[in-house]
Amino acid sequence: MIQVRDLKKNFGPKVAVNGVTFTVERGEVLGFLGPNGAGKSTTMRMVTGFIPPTEGSITVGGHDMVENPIPAKRLIGYLPENAPSYADMTVAGFLDFCAEMRGLTGDGRKRAVGRVVEMCFLEGVLHQSVETLSKGYRHRTCFAQSIIHDPDVLILDEPTDGLDPNQKHEVRTLIRRMGEKKAIIFSTHILEEVDAVCSRAIIIDRGSIVASGTPRDLKMRSEQAGAVTLRLVDGNGSEIAAKVRQVAGVDRVSIVSERPLAVRAFPRANAGSDDLARALGELAFKERWPLQGLQVEEGRLDEVFRRITLSDTKKEASQP
Amino acid sequence: MNNILTITKRELRGYFSSPVAFVFIVIFLLLSGFFTFMVAGLFQRGEASLQAFFTWHPWLYLFLVPAVGMRMWSEERRLGTIELLLTMPITPWQAIVGKFLASWAVVALALVLTFPVVLTVNYLGSPDNGVILGGYIGSLFMAGAYLAVTAMTSAMTRNQVVSFIVAVVLSLFLILAGFPPVTNMLVSWANPWLVDGIASFSVMTHFESIQKGVLDSRDILYFLSVIGFCLFTTSIIIRTHRAG
Ligand SMILES: Nc1ncnc2c1ncn2[C@@H]1O[C@H](COP(=O)(O)OP(=O)(O)O)[C@@H](O)[C@H]1O
Ligand SMILES: [Mg+2]
Repeated sequence: MIQVRDLKKNFGPKVAVNGVTFTVERGEVLGFLGPNGAGKSTTMRMVTGFIPPTEGSITVGGHDMVENPIPAKRLIGYLPENAPSYADMTVAGFLDFCAEMRGLTGDGRKRAVGRVVEMCFLEGVLHQSVETLSKGYRHRTCFAQSIIHDPDVLILDEPTDGLDPNQKHEVRTLIRRMGEKKAIIFSTHILEEVDAVCSRAIIIDRGSIVASGTPRDLKMRSEQAGAVTLRLVDGNGSEIAAKVRQVAGVDRVSIVSERPLAVRAFPRANAGSDDLARALGELAFKERWPLQGLQVEEGRLDEVFRRITLSDTKKEASQP
Repeated sequence: MNNILTITKRELRGYFSSPVAFVFIVIFLLLSGFFTFMVAGLFQRGEASLQAFFTWHPWLYLFLVPAVGMRMWSEERRLGTIELLLTMPITPWQAIVGKFLASWAVVALALVLTFPVVLTVNYLGSPDNGVILGGYIGSLFMAGAYLAVTAMTSAMTRNQVVSFIVAVVLSLFLILAGFPPVTNMLVSWANPWLVDGIASFSVMTHFESIQKGVLDSRDILYFLSVIGFCLFTTSIIIRTHRAG
């Protein structure tokens, strides 16, 4: 549905986006991760046709966004950053206007407005003017606007920004559900969201893609991915660590915490985590350690994220 | 076309859900009444025409029309809704025209509401109503030109006040270039044909003949080209702003 190739954007001398390439198919939810100022919003603005790219190409549903924007835009629903809406309109008036702009008329329009009002829980504020709404409602109003024409492509710039935990949860569920039939891109800097919603994620830093893959793939890049953590009710940390170190396939061992005791064993490059876990279980049984838990670490997204993006920040800081 | 109308409707609702349109219409009616009857002395003139009424329009519009149009694009930029509007399946040109037409309709409504003046002169004497109609048409087109200037200035900034001030200054220039006291002064040190040339860019020159009852297509063409030029510039400003 969405094809983006070598996308570049310069603002004067500043390079905001520098050679971004990706595709999103129907049924996929692509997460954009990245620190502030990485170029997420700028990329989305180009994909939605709000700003023209300096270089590169964007096609949506086979239509080139630069050459042939109208049919491309017709396929897209867009929630811009900060969820703007016309302050002087009522929620109903605003949604009606957006539906009309999307070419919906008569009964179809009424049904479309009714549907998104229900999906976004807006019944209570339908006749309230947008400027009197709380931030959460304003956000949902703009979100409702983006799905009013049931678009094939949905582009959401920080869709859960400024929502309370319950609303965040609702929006994530909604995105995941819609992701089954649509091609969705959404940006966030909340990492748990990527796990909860995305089928694939891209980490962007300073205008370039620095990592991409399924959330699982990304987590595998974490240092602790594949390590096995042993949790005991109590015991002597250094003694146990020494015994663990003897197990075949263990590369090194670290003590995560003393009380309750948690010891983490990192496998050698050629050793499997599952074998290691079994060996550690047997060891604990043989030694009669008061075992509380044994866990193969998936790896942590925040660690990957920090490592990839922080190293770049440091590089930049150390440059003259 | 449908898209233009949708935008026009929304803008009109915006105008009437805030005090902007009402304040504009009321002040326009009060001031035009005041100038026509008190300052120009419509009754004392003893002539059955609306010249006393139309003479003031270039000056009334100078402040009132930018006040109507100043929010046209600057508000859109301040709220960030421009990002919604321009990612809808419409062309920027449709948005520009739709917004312009809405603000023009507000001015047109204000003009229509001055109908008691027409009734008054018809009651007092027998004016040439064709000339009066011509005056109204000319006045409407002049307001359109001011509005297009304001559309242009409002696209430049997210600050309504700045857009208002710049619009007033530009409109003042459009007036003064053909305002007799100014042109008379210019003639003393510049080529007369140069002064005429400059004056031909002025709304005064073109409104003058219209309110005398000569509805020349060239004058209308002048106003239309000012409108066209300014709206075209608006589209360029919006595009440049987006391109960063
Ligand atoms: N209109 C603009 N003019 C100049 N610089 C801009 C503009 N928009 C964004 N930038 C710059 O481009 C970079 C990327 O911004 P953005 O895409 O908003 O990042 P993100 O959404 O990932 O936080 C930032 O450094 C920002 O300052
Ligand atoms: Mg952003």
